[in-house]
Amino acid sequence: MASPDEKSNSPIIRFEDVHKRFGPLVVLDGLTLDVFADQTTVVIGPSGVGKSVLLKHIVGLLRPDAGRIYFHDQRIDTLGERAFEPIRKRIGFLFQLGALFDSMNVYDNVAFPLRRQGGKSESQIRDIVHEKLAVVGMEGGENKMPADLSGGQRKRVALARAIAMNPEVILYDEPTTGLDPIRADVINELILKLKEELNVTGVVVTHDMASAFKVADQIVMLFNGQIVARGSADQLRSCPDERVQRFIQGRADSEELKALNRI
Amino acid sequence: MHDKRIPMPDEITLRPERPLLAAVTNLGAWTTESIQAVGDFGVFMFSVLHWIIRGPGRRSARDTFAQMYEMGTRSIPVVMITGGFIGAVLAIETYPQFHQIGIANRLGGVIVVSVVKQLGPILTAVMLAGRVGGAMTAELGTMKVTEQIDALRTMAADPVRTLVVPRILACVLMTPVLTTYSDAVGILGGWAVAVGVEGVRNYPFWHYAQVGTDLYAINVGLIKSIAFGIVIGAIACYKGFRCGAGAQGVGRACTESFVTSFCIILVVNFILAVAFNNIFVILWPNRPGLL
Repeated sequence: MASPDEKSNSPIIRFEDVHKRFGPLVVLDGLTLDVFADQTTVVIGPSGVGKSVLLKHIVGLLRPDAGRIYFHDQRIDTLGERAFEPIRKRIGFLFQLGALFDSMNVYDNVAFPLRRQGGKSESQIRDIVHEKLAVVGMEGGENKMPADLSGGQRKRVALARAIAMNPEVILYDEPTTGLDPIRADVINELILKLKEELNVTGVVVTHDMASAFKVADQIVMLFNGQIVARGSADQLRSCPDERVQRFIQGRADSEELKALNRI
Repeated sequence: MHDKRIPMPDEITLRPERPLLAAVTNLGAWTTESIQAVGDFGVFMFSVLHWIIRGPGRRSARDTFAQMYEMGTRSIPVVMITGGFIGAVLAIETYPQFHQIGIANRLGGVIVVSVVKQLGPILTAVMLAGRVGGAMTAELGTMKVTEQIDALRTMAADPVRTLVVPRILACVLMTPVLTTYSDAVGILGGWAVAVGVEGVRNYPFWHYAQVGTDLYAINVGLIKSIAFGIVIGAIACYKGFRCGAGAQGVGRACTESFVTSFCIILVVNFILAVAFNNIFVILWPNRPGLL
């Protein structure tokens, strides 16, 4: 398919023929993908197809079995844990369930990466934490513990933590899953706001099509460990591929419905 | 869709028509898994050692104190109760036999040496493996399952340095301290029964307690407890870090953590007992063994 209107020329993140398997299960099977700066790339695909696995390769939480991954033309899949640190500091990761440290309150969670990096006084850190919590609309909740927050609030705090270091890239792992439509839309708006105001490059993994169409500059569909479609929201809507159409319209095929006949 | 699956070992073994092949395959799979597990644990411990040598850092030092309070100070009551009752029951069981052959006065010796060399360290360690090891595995396992450990890594914070080093250090530092508590209360428990209930007099009880025990016995107990502390901390953290998915994974990791550290504590205890007895003979060839 034709590539979307590309504002920027060179990709900020590049997957080249990446393979990954877990035991007998092939998850990524020769995946090639470009993520462009200042754009939001949305990766869609059925559950368990390896979307989160793809994200985890970008921050080195997983390493490919074969293939190459580049960040700003620097090959990163071969970097050691220590050498990866400077890259990780430039990338924010929003985990599916937030992954807030539940032994710390909201304030300490957001302050964590700042304190970790050092070089900032506690009053500077306080200002940044307040600012980031205000961005996600969670000001005033500094002293709450993660267990006392709702799912949506937890994701917003996690997002505040992900942007605390002013990353160039934010990886969103199913940012709207498990939220009601209104709260999901708040997260969508946040993703758009971060892109527009802070020029953050986003990679969003989701199977929420409403969210995908809203935030995406580029949508890629992952199927059987490979990309089967790539384009803007409109291009994807008019894509002739049956797998894409069934996915974006949420239609199960006769094969998948067969199981129901056994009831 | 083309099938790329490779048969798993357990699928290969499901062939009743070739039992010998199945047995060999099973043995092979088990061997590989065991070697991998030992290697994996080795790598894990190497990384722990690396961070301890490099210095855990100010923040980790503070975390270590927090863990020492959590696992140490808060374990004192349960460790004291265990120690006290073991000392008491030891006196109850040994008194009739000693009394029969007229050496009830020597009760103090046998109680103190048993508590200080064996029961104090072992029971404290087992108690801690259950109370502290279980809690640590559950906490780290939950952090693993909810991706908090991944989150640490994405924020360029080494999880071993941040989470494991403070916990293992706390275990190593606090287990001997708790063992001392357990020893002291165990001796008092034995004394209370021997002197208070069975009517052994105070002077012979303490006199034989002193004769029967020396600094070597006490130190052996404490050195053992340091080893047990390492075992508890290392296994609890390792099992938490390698925890499987979901609530079931956490539950299984906790069980494995307790059972594994319990067994290893007993094995380490046996090895150290043999080693220290040999060392004693080498150091003092002409002195009789302790009781």
